[in-house]
Amino acid sequence: MSEAFTKSMARNIFYGGAFFFLLLFLALTFDTINALPKLDNRAALESPVGPQIAKGKHLWEVNNCIGCHTLLGEGAYFAPELGNVYKRYGSNLDAVKGRIKGLISLPAEGIPMRRMPRFKFTDEEIAALAEFLKYASEINTSGWPPNDQG
Amino acid sequence: MQYQSQKVAIPYFVGAIVLFVAQILFGLIMGLQYVMGDFLFPEIPFNVARMVHTNALIVWLLMGFMGAAYYLVPEEAETELHSPFLAKLMFWVFFAAAGLTVAGYLLVPYSTLADITGNELLPTMGREFLEQPTITKIGIVVVALAFLYNLGMTILRGRKTAINLVLMIGLVGLAVLFLFSFYNPTNLVLDKFFWWWVVHLWVEGVWELILGSILAFVLIKVTGVDREIIEKWLYIIIAMAFISGIIGTGHHFFWIGTPEYWQWWGSIFSALEPIPFFMMTIFAFSMVKQRRRNHPNRVATLWALGASVMAFLGAGVWGFMHTLSPVNYYTHGSQLTAAHGHMAFYGAYVMIVLTIISYAMPLLRGRTAANSERQQTLEIWSFWLMTIAMTLITLFLTAAGILQVWLQRVLDSPLPFMAAQDQLTVFYWMREFAGVMFLIGLLLYIASFFVGDKEPEASVKTIA
Repeated sequence: MSEAFTKSMARNIFYGGAFFFLLLFLALTFDTINALPKLDNRAALESPVGPQIAKGKHLWEVNNCIGCHTLLGEGAYFAPELGNVYKRYGSNLDAVKGRIKGLISLPAEGIPMRRMPRFKFTDEEIAALAEFLKYASEINTSGWPPNDQG
Repeated sequence: MQYQSQKVAIPYFVGAIVLFVAQILFGLIMGLQYVMGDFLFPEIPFNVARMVHTNALIVWLLMGFMGAAYYLVPEEAETELHSPFLAKLMFWVFFAAAGLTVAGYLLVPYSTLADITGNELLPTMGREFLEQPTITKIGIVVVALAFLYNLGMTILRGRKTAINLVLMIGLVGLAVLFLFSFYNPTNLVLDKFFWWWVVHLWVEGVWELILGSILAFVLIKVTGVDREIIEKWLYIIIAMAFISGIIGTGHHFFWIGTPEYWQWWGSIFSALEPIPFFMMTIFAFSMVKQRRRNHPNRVATLWALGASVMAFLGAGVWGFMHTLSPVNYYTHGSQLTAAHGHMAFYGAYVMIVLTIISYAMPLLRGRTAANSERQQTLEIWSFWLMTIAMTLITLFLTAAGILQVWLQRVLDSPLPFMAAQDQLTVFYWMREFAGVMFLIGLLLYIASFFVGDKEPEASVKTIA
C-alpha cells in the first residue's frame, strides 16, 4: 500500500465505518421489529391456542429437533424441513400428529435407515408440537420454500 | 517467549487439540450415519453426534483464541499477564464445563439434561449451536468476564498496540454478543432474528477481528516486516469486514419472516464480504514476499499463508456462491450450506488457531525459535493432508448440494427429502473417506509434537 495512505487513516476508516454501519444496522433492526406484527403470525400466539404453541416450541427445543431437521431452512440437514410440514400434510393437524406418532413408535432395532428417536410424547404433547408446526408454517416467509417438499 | 506468564497459553492449546480430536471423531460418526442411517442408533442418535461435533468445534476455537490472547497480549503489551493464576483457574473451569456438557449430551436424553440443569428457569437450550444447558452458558459468561478482566488489566498497564486493541475489541464483542443467547422468545421470528446476532455477528463479524490480529501478530514475527505496515493492513481489513459484514447479516433474513427489503440489503452487502478475505490473502503473501528475515519456523508461515487462502475460498468464494437471494431461494438449508460451513470454519478459524499454536508452542516448550526439521516435516504433511481432505469434503458436499437442490427444489415434480437423499449416497461415501483422510492428517499433526522433539532445532541455514 502506498506511503501516503497512513495507519491513522486506516484506523479512522475502521472506526468510522464500523460506527456508521452499526447505526444503520440498528435502524434497520428497529424498522424490522415494527414491521414484524404483519409478517410473523403473532395472531396465532395471541389466540386461544397460543399456550399450546408455546408448549410445542418448548418441546421442540428440549428434544433438540433442530439437531436433525431444519425449521425455515435453519438447522441440520439430516431430516426433512419442518417449517412447512403442516402444508405438506394437506394443512391437516391430524395428519401431522399421526405422522409424528408413527415415527416415534417404530421398533428400536432392525430398520436400517435414518430414524427418529423413540420420544415418549403424550397425546397432549404431540398436539402441542403440531400446533407449533402449524404456527411456523403460517409465518410469511416471502414464498420460501420453493415447493411443498421443503 | 519473553514473559513467563505467557506459559498459561499451554493448557488452552492442549485443551483445544483434545476437543478438536473429539470433534473429528463425532464428525466421522455423523458422516457414516448419512449413509448407514441406523449406525449407533439408538445409543448415539444423529442429533447428539451433531451437538458434540459443533459444540466441540466452538469451544475448542474459543480455547484457541484464549490461548492466543494469553500468549500474544503480554508480548505485545511488554509486561507480564495481570494474573496467571486466574487464567489457569479459568482454563480448568472452562475445560470441566465443556467435559461435563459433552458427558451430559452423551449419557442422558437431551430432555433429561434440560430437566436436571434447570432449563425451565431460563429456557435457552435446543437452538442450533446454542444447545448448551443454561448453566453452561452462564459458566461461559463467567469465564469470558474473568478472561477479559485479566487481559484488560494487562493491556492497561503495558504498551498499547493496534494488534492488542483490535484483539480486545473482537473479544469484548464476542462476549457481549453471546448475551443474546439468553434471549429466547416464543415468537419464532424474533427468536431467529436475534439468534443470528450471536451466530452471524460472531463468525462474520467480531471473530474476524480476532483472526486478523492473530494473523498480524504471527506475520510480524515470522517476516520481520515493519509493524506500521502490518497494522495498517490490519485496520483496513477489519474495516472492510465490518463495513460488509454487519449489514451482511441480512443474508440470513431472507426467508424467516422478516421484511423483504433484507433481500436487497443482505444480497448487496454480503456480496462484499469476500473483500476482506481477499485482502487478507494479498496481505499474507505480500508480507512474506517483503520479509526482512527467514524464520526457521517455516511451518508456522505455511499455516498463516494457508489460512489466508482457505478463508478466502471457504468464507469468501463458497459464501458468495449462495448468498444472493435469488440463488439462496433454492439453496437455503441444503448440503451447499454444509459445504460452505465446513471450508469457512476450517480456513478462517481452525487454521488461524493452528497457526498461532504452530508459532507459539515451540517457544512455550523451550525452543528458541522453531521445532526440529523432523517435527516440521511431519507438521507440513499434516497441513496438506487436512487441507486437501477439507477441500475434498467441500467439493463432495457441493456436488451433493447441487444435486439435492435440483431433485428436491427445481424439478417439475420434486422428490421428497428422503427420496432425494437416497440419490446422494455416493457423494456422502466420498465425503466420509475424505473425513478419514482428515483424521489421519490430524493424527500426524499430534505426532509432530512428539516425534523428533528431542532433535535440535531447525535453523535458517538448514532450510535455505
